Amino acid sequence: MKQTGAAGNRGPDIRSDCYFEIELTDSGGIQMDIRSKVDRLFGTENRQLIRDMLDFFDIPNAKVILEDSGALPFVMMARIEAAVKKVTDTNKEYLPELIPENRYSTQRDRYRRSRLYLPGNTPKLFINAGLHQSDGIILDLEDSVAPAKKDEARILVRNALRRNDFYGTERMVRINQHSRGLKDLEFVVPQHVNLILIPKCESADQLAAVDLKIQEILTSHQLDYPVYLMPIIESAKGIINAYSIACASENVVALAIGLEDYTADLGIQRTSEGKETFFARNVIVNAARAAGIQAIDSVFSDVADQEGLRTVVKESKSLGFEGMGCIHPRQVPIIHETFAPGESEIEKAKKIVTAFYEAEEKGLGVVALGSKMIDPPVVKRAQKTIFLAIDAGKLAKNWSKSYGN
Amino acid sequence: MATKLVKNALGRLVPTEINGKKQIPFQGVGKYRPDYRKYNPPVATCADFPTGNKLIVDLKTALEAAGLRNGMTISTHHHFRNGDLLAVEIFRIASELCIKDLVWFPSASFPCHDKIIDYMENGTVHHIEGSMNGPLGRYCSEGKMKGVGVLRSHGGRYQAVQDGEVLIDIAVIAAPTADPFGNANGLTGPSACGLLGFALADSQYAHKVIVVTDNLIDFPCIPWQIQGNYVDYVVKMDKIGEPEKIISGTTQITKSPDRLLIAELTAQLCREAGLIKNGFSFQAGAGGTSLAIAYYFEQIMHEKNIKARFARGGSNQYLVKMLEEGLVDYILDGQTFDLEGVRSMRENPRHVDTSPFTSYNYHGKGNFAPLVDIVILGATEVDIHFNANVNTHSDGYLLHGIGGWQNCLFSKTVILPIPLFRDRIPVIRDEVTTITGPGELIDVIVTERGIAINPNRQDLLDALKKTRLPIKPIEQLKIEAEKICGIPEKPNLGEEIVAIIKWVDGTVIDAVRRVIPL
Repeated sequence: MKQTGAAGNRGPDIRSDCYFEIELTDSGGIQMDIRSKVDRLFGTENRQLIRDMLDFFDIPNAKVILEDSGALPFVMMARIEAAVKKVTDTNKEYLPELIPENRYSTQRDRYRRSRLYLPGNTPKLFINAGLHQSDGIILDLEDSVAPAKKDEARILVRNALRRNDFYGTERMVRINQHSRGLKDLEFVVPQHVNLILIPKCESADQLAAVDLKIQEILTSHQLDYPVYLMPIIESAKGIINAYSIACASENVVALAIGLEDYTADLGIQRTSEGKETFFARNVIVNAARAAGIQAIDSVFSDVADQEGLRTVVKESKSLGFEGMGCIHPRQVPIIHETFAPGESEIEKAKKIVTAFYEAEEKGLGVVALGSKMIDPPVVKRAQKTIFLAIDAGKLAKNWSKSYGN
Repeated sequence: MATKLVKNALGRLVPTEINGKKQIPFQGVGKYRPDYRKYNPPVATCADFPTGNKLIVDLKTALEAAGLRNGMTISTHHHFRNGDLLAVEIFRIASELCIKDLVWFPSASFPCHDKIIDYMENGTVHHIEGSMNGPLGRYCSEGKMKGVGVLRSHGGRYQAVQDGEVLIDIAVIAAPTADPFGNANGLTGPSACGLLGFALADSQYAHKVIVVTDNLIDFPCIPWQIQGNYVDYVVKMDKIGEPEKIISGTTQITKSPDRLLIAELTAQLCREAGLIKNGFSFQAGAGGTSLAIAYYFEQIMHEKNIKARFARGGSNQYLVKMLEEGLVDYILDGQTFDLEGVRSMRENPRHVDTSPFTSYNYHGKGNFAPLVDIVILGATEVDIHFNANVNTHSDGYLLHGIGGWQNCLFSKTVILPIPLFRDRIPVIRDEVTTITGPGELIDVIVTERGIAINPNRQDLLDALKKTRLPIKPIEQLKIEAEKICGIPEKPNLGEEIVAIIKWVDGTVIDAVRRVIPL
């Protein structure tokens, strides 16, 4: 083991984060060098936290440096723990409180129109992420985290899942590939995570390995909540295996496509027209439908081009996708608006849902609209349409009260 | 210095005497009534200005001719913002002349004035009556200034001069364009800043007035925003300001999604409450969030085909666009923040320059502030009684001047769009570090995590009851912030008073204590 370790970020542009450095010493107790923007307001608390944590990790003597740019406590805890784990070999975890607000589970078939990517080692983006009303947030441990920062990001994401309020959005984590990804699961699965994104998924076996590991972790922690899976198909091979991946576990709730990597795999350029990915997108939608799960589209990476985004979402919807990734909160409203049902869809759905309620009221087992029988899946889809219309502000919440009058 | 302290109407302990002058504690909004006459500067005679040519060779000669001596009060304006070169030059000259104990009375100070610390250190400047931030704020906050700082609003500064609370011995007015008679304006020249309203009181009431320009033109300088009839001396200098620091090329709407969220909530609230209606008026500042709010207003106005009667400046490119598109009839402007603002003021008769006298002075027969329907302001901290602080950071250090903030509180609906916490510092507190404005005048706090409405605005509460807006009691917002950030310690402050905060009527609303350095 090394004698010194560090974690976190520092510099004039860093906010809501801190940098923590530790050097083990033989004597002299804990010596602290603290530079904090908020030292006059939180200095005592921060010093106490450092003492408590070093005590917890059985470190009696050390020199530490804290450069604090207004880090929230769960962030500071993650930075201290990550630095400590570079100088001591320990399996102990210093866990912040798992707040009651984060103990919710989500439904298999809930709406996943938008999922907002958050780079896993940038805590300032976590804090308000849930306020932007995306259906899900993704704490990303994969591409947005530099290789040297992977270990500390895991701890930070673990703490965020416990302590940061995401205001009811579906809390997802994108793990790394292969064995690193399986290790990531140990950090995030026990924290009431809702869904795991598996990047560059190419086979049912790959997915099954993740699923098995999750079940092992849940069992060993005596936890019992659903952890859904959303494999991301990003290669030619993945496209070929899409259906078997979709069917590999009952926990798979959606198939997502990643077009940057997919076009790279084909050795072609990604264009805004997207002809080159038309086949792959159709395969994803078809495989997802066949498996009875959702199809989710790739991200649109030009944040400034809101009209371009709208065009892409329209096409995405017409192909049968039900959601899309977002890389900026400003994309969320456009995605929701465009995925929202159109006027004629809403009208049709209103008729079906009304017929359903009437049948229920009368105690009829069969729903009929005029002379046509309506199957349960059609009712379910209509109910979903109604929900989306209300959520997009296209339909009043109490629409049924005035309907038909 | 053992100053007697009394509790004012907000329960704050304030001194009854500062810098040898008696002070009146804040008595409540509209409670203090003046019963004296305005201050009269000495009567001048044209016999002293036989040719009307007031040009004098340089600033030093002008200051000497104006009788510069120990203990005088010297005023400057801040229309040049962070590009002002004149104030430091004045005190450099005074220091060279071995003058001591001057009082600097700027309408605001900026980082370009940090060098004045050297002149406080060597005794040239005794203290500052005006905003202090950055290193100047640190210097004052740590009790290093010889006298006690006095912070006033723009309107309060006019009131103090008019009422004779502050006697300006020499006013030095930086003028982007002037003629030898002393007529001046801010519209053209290399240091163009739009208008010179903050210097109006100085020109009217100072004993001696020096106009300094780097763009001297033949008489008459039209329009004469500053009238030469008030002016004693005119000085021509090569350079009085740094243009790129006077005016930003373009003011920009924030890109931060969190701030945009706050701006959007604010605009939505104004819309749902029916405040955006034909003939309405508003004021939004130049910060990124305020600009975004103006942008959302514009969209709502377009969509609902609504026109505003007037908008109050600080003007910027977005406001100018609204004026030119016919969405607002007039801009009543106090300062121009970008080049578009200056251009518009120069070219458009509907873009009108105003002064703290017309807009903000509380000791006059009314002012414009209560005629504004919606005003958007900022704050460092707000307490659960809606009292707000714009002057000190939560650690006790002086951070901002008051500007027009206090004066704007008299508008019909006062909205503070602010984040619930900054870095880790909660903005809504049990008690603010300093009270700049009383809660009874503050109507709405908009944060990214919810909106608090002052219970005394039942009309707003009723109007918004059925909307989707996240309206919460202010106490709940405070608890949410503390749950995320923790509860901050009280800053380590001494007993000694380093500055006082004046209310718009000249009474003392709060006192700022010395920060004990770590």
